[in-house]
Amino acid sequence: MEINTKKVENIAVASVKGRMDAVTVQEFEKSVSELLSGGENILLVNFSELEYISSAGLRSILATAKQLKARNGEIMFTGLKNTVKEVFEISGFYSIFKTFETEEEALTQR
Amino acid sequence: MKVLTHITLPAQLASLERLIGLVSSCASHGGFNQTRVKEIELATEEALVNIIKYAYQDKDGDIEVTCSLDKEGFTITIVDSGIPFNVLSVGDPDISADVSERNIGGLGIFLMKKLMDDIQYRRAGGKNILTLIAWIKPEKPAL
Repeated sequence: MEINTKKVENIAVASVKGRMDAVTVQEFEKSVSELLSGGENILLVNFSELEYISSAGLRSILATAKQLKARNGEIMFTGLKNTVKEVFEISGFYSIFKTFETEEEALTQR
Repeated sequence: MKVLTHITLPAQLASLERLIGLVSSCASHGGFNQTRVKEIELATEEALVNIIKYAYQDKDGDIEVTCSLDKEGFTITIVDSGIPFNVLSVGDPDISADVSERNIGGLGIFLMKKLMDDIQYRRAGGKNILTLIAWIKPEKPAL
């Protein structure tokens, strides 16, 4: 898994590439916890290059969302497709998170 | 029924990549498209991670994985000798709850049930025997 982060105005954007499974999720957790401890409150996660996500990834996302919510922050998603999109649908994540087709759309419309 | 692969590895996260890789290549060999292969990988991961985390508690143990194929479907049989655990007895999580009320766990077994066409469980000879089946026909038959 590869994670690239950048800051656009007040939004921290994390682009995740590869697979997020029970083993690699630790890398995602590490990046996110660095962002949160650095004071970031609004996270946009770009999954356009994510090929695979399992419940380990969903669990980590939910835990992050709860932490952010507790401090009036939020986590949003863009670039969901194929199996990743299907997993979000099955898990009901579309109804609890803001999702956007593209990063540009997320940054301008949120 | 033709056995495509059979492997026994320690029930550890370090075994996960190899076990999933094997199931994935068998599923590709079985003729499933890439999307379906990913779904099969995912269901397999959920089953395996559950065993790795809970089956043996603090003791060491193994996981045995067999992939087989017949004209109706692709079958993954996962066997462990850990504590009895029937995944089919686990209730579904509330997927309509909002972020604050949502439980962190419980989605793995749910995904596994949603993604496979059939799941069977039995306990025999001190072992949990879990069978995940993906039908060769891509669509589920009408109820």
